[in-house]
Amino acid sequence: MSNYLVPIMVVFIIIYGLYKKIDIFDTFIEGVKEGINVTFKLFPTIFAMVIAITILTNSNILLDIGKLLNPLFKFLSFPSEVLPLALMKPVSGSSSIVILNDILSRYHPDSYIGRISSVIGGSTDTTIYIISLYFGSIGIKKIKYSLVVGLIADLLCIIISIIVINILFY
Amino acid sequence: MINYIWSFFILIGVFYSIYKGDANLSNTLLTSGKTAIDMIFSIGSIICLWLGIMNIAKKSGLLDILSNKLSPLVRLLFPEIPKGDPAIGYISLNIVMNMMGLGNAATPFGLKTMKELKRLNNNSDVASRSMITFLVINTASVTIIPTTVISLRVLNGSSNPNEIISSCIITTFLSVVLALIIDRLFYYLWRKRYV
Repeated sequence: MSNYLVPIMVVFIIIYGLYKKIDIFDTFIEGVKEGINVTFKLFPTIFAMVIAITILTNSNILLDIGKLLNPLFKFLSFPSEVLPLALMKPVSGSSSIVILNDILSRYHPDSYIGRISSVIGGSTDTTIYIISLYFGSIGIKKIKYSLVVGLIADLLCIIISIIVINILFY
Repeated sequence: MINYIWSFFILIGVFYSIYKGDANLSNTLLTSGKTAIDMIFSIGSIICLWLGIMNIAKKSGLLDILSNKLSPLVRLLFPEIPKGDPAIGYISLNIVMNMMGLGNAATPFGLKTMKELKRLNNNSDVASRSMITFLVINTASVTIIPTTVISLRVLNGSSNPNEIISSCIITTFLSVVLALIIDRLFYYLWRKRYV
């Protein structure tokens, strides 16, 4: 089902566009132009984060810390290789993209670790960033329980993704 | 905050490499930029494809139809918003954009929503219940097509980059439902304690 979801959506959208008689090709090109802008805007941040994260991961300090905490993770049956992604995901979108890329290149996307990190990467958003952006934009000073709920939701999402991957693939 | 994270990563990485006697350190520093270039091409091509297709969905009115279909559910989730208030429309559009992987298009509607919610909350500087529910939905992010993740899987040679889509949909759906339950729970606990 996963394999055909994207093509079916694309076909459906194109047929609906033809039915509504809009200028399909020009509309598509317009979207691509926006895509180029988004990509170029993303590049400096990605570049900066790649450098910092490559240096950090190549120093092996994360692996060493992971080894140190291994008994605890074994007990929780949580793959310690995913930990950097789980920690960065709520804080910064671009750095979690870079960390995800690092994990996928190390352990291969089709491995157990690769699949779990893909699902974590695809199903949570940057909680702290969103909360500070949205509340900051309208000058909210007392954010009450929002951050706590957001972070609990992130944690739950990680647990759920591990369970779902285990059920669907193994 | 990003200032500290970025500097902290580089400083810790360099010091730990020197401490471990890593001979490749300066090589790593000079060549790591290439990964960034590869990544941006890989992500960029999928972003362009998706924004192109979604622009057709937007222009043909498909996204508006989706957001209209969603608004009864939104009204259920935000009992404090009066019927017919424009905030409902903005919230639905924000959720639809996020679902379709259009994060950049979703943000303006998100900011607009927050403005409307502040108006409904008598312009107070305290977060309202609706604001928190809205943020919880946004941070749990109901995504149907995780475009960035798929592009990174392509870049790293996955034999089936799309195989995680259904897992993502299930995970994202379950976590948003749980997040909404927790949100309700905290709302009642908070009210009991402070009001």
